[in-house]
Amino acid sequence: MLTGMQRYLHRHRAKWVGFAFILPWILSALWFDLIPFVTNLYLSFTDYSVSTSAPDWLGFENYREILEIDPLFTKSLGNTVYYLVLGVPIRLVVAFAIAVLLNLRIHALGTFRTIFYIPSVVPLVAVSIIFFGMFNARYGIFNQLLILLDLPPVRWLTRPEWIKPAMIIMSTWGFGAQMVIFLAGLQGIPSELYEAAEMDGGSYWHQLFRITIPMVSPVIFFNLIIGIIGGFQVFASAYVLLGPGGGPLNAGLFYVLHIYNNAFSYFRLGYAAALSVVLFLIILFFTVIMVRTSDRWVYYGDT
Amino acid sequence: MVEGLYARIAKWTFVYPLLLVSSVVMLFPLAWTFSTSLKTAATVTLREVKLIPDPVQWSNYITIFEESPLILYTQNTMYMVVTSVIGGVVICALAGYAFARIAFPAREVLFYVLLSTMMLPHVVQIIPLFVIFDRMGLVGTFWPLIIPRLLGHNAFYIFLMRQFFRGIPLELSDAARMDGCTELGIWARIIIPNSKPVLAAVGIFSIQFAWNDFLSPLIYLGPKKELWTLALGLNAQKGFEGEITSLHKMMVISVYMIIPMLLVFAFGQKYMIEGVTFSGMKG
Repeated sequence: MLTGMQRYLHRHRAKWVGFAFILPWILSALWFDLIPFVTNLYLSFTDYSVSTSAPDWLGFENYREILEIDPLFTKSLGNTVYYLVLGVPIRLVVAFAIAVLLNLRIHALGTFRTIFYIPSVVPLVAVSIIFFGMFNARYGIFNQLLILLDLPPVRWLTRPEWIKPAMIIMSTWGFGAQMVIFLAGLQGIPSELYEAAEMDGGSYWHQLFRITIPMVSPVIFFNLIIGIIGGFQVFASAYVLLGPGGGPLNAGLFYVLHIYNNAFSYFRLGYAAALSVVLFLIILFFTVIMVRTSDRWVYYGDT
Repeated sequence: MVEGLYARIAKWTFVYPLLLVSSVVMLFPLAWTFSTSLKTAATVTLREVKLIPDPVQWSNYITIFEESPLILYTQNTMYMVVTSVIGGVVICALAGYAFARIAFPAREVLFYVLLSTMMLPHVVQIIPLFVIFDRMGLVGTFWPLIIPRLLGHNAFYIFLMRQFFRGIPLELSDAARMDGCTELGIWARIIIPNSKPVLAAVGIFSIQFAWNDFLSPLIYLGPKKELWTLALGLNAQKGFEGEITSLHKMMVISVYMIIPMLLVFAFGQKYMIEGVTFSGMKG
């Protein structure tokens, strides 16, 4: 039997027990999320360089330099947008198409799913090293195959116009994670919907566009947002494939590479912080736009 | 449901061939990697399409240890992996339990904070974190990589745990509470034993992310070769277009780096795909 006092103590202690459980996370959220976020804003208004010298307050000088002077800001943002506008939809369409095929009640579904997913478990640095070898203009397998097919070889990593397509080909190889998400979404569509459509004599393509795509539109939306947010922050694959400069004429200089170079090659940490704030605002802008317009094309059920 | 003749013909003439061709395309880079890893400095630059190299130089897998401190890199990577797993399956599981089952003040507010940190792009944290760790004198040590992991700094894992724990019947924990079990006791004896799928998924993701991580090790360990992880070591093995003659060595290290992840995938495929799927469904 518990007395009222004991009961009170017990309940009161339970309160603090809850905090104790999340204490490490609270610490980490302060140390690795909140404080850095605020510090980053502060740094972006300074010329912070190394820990030994006190930074000067610059006001909006860094932002002015980004928008008015820095030619590599436009260049790297342009490269990133190019990579996004082509790469994200291509990977999405491939992932969706394969998921649709796998959802046709086929044999060996598990085996096919495994095969398509495997590239997604290959470490990104290894992916880049592998494609670095395959893209090699003289000895790489891509050009050997092109020659076999009587097509002209391509200088994938040394011609500015081929660098971004090479990056897109490489990133498309890893569509497996998106594919399994699509597949789960497709498998969740009630079969009555298709049965009803078959009664009405709807063709396969009719069903695909009238039932399948609307029903998985939330998944498409999710994959699109994740793809865009991730695509804006592409770094490791480009760094390993092309080096920090992004290849000839900075054709593969993506935005985060530009941030990295300013911060860790030129030690312009304040300026790099400002660049990252600009990217944050760009990502935020796109995310808000997409979420705001999502009710026009994403189907969230009848309720 | 009976499949129509038309659908069956379409499947065998179109769907299966397409899936087979795509499978070959998907597996080709891995086959090529393995094939190249068995070449010699002379055959790696031959302009030919040959999947079985001649000669097959298996010794590449031994001699690489004389040329690259792979054992050291693997050890260093294991520090990342182990701390990442501990943080993921212990610290995040504790936090996830509190968010799922323990009533405490401001829980809902803090949960929204948790969700919003999930939305924060990593790119705005790179520079300030470097500055903070630099001022603490910790650049060039493992600490900047280990501390966040040990504190369970992963909102996504905590979220996954919470969602899963909420599905465990309340009666189980209530019964234990009646018997005088503390919250920690309930967590350890009721929740954890009933949460294998989510623990496995988070464990696997932790291993993968720690194994593959590139940007943070590059920033914090870059100049300290003796602290390099496998990812940094592999990147350093890469020459330029002109030095392609060491391509087979790059592929040997790649294979060494890929195999553990393939094993993790082979053993945890079910939980991994469930976890990835879940993140997509609830996201």
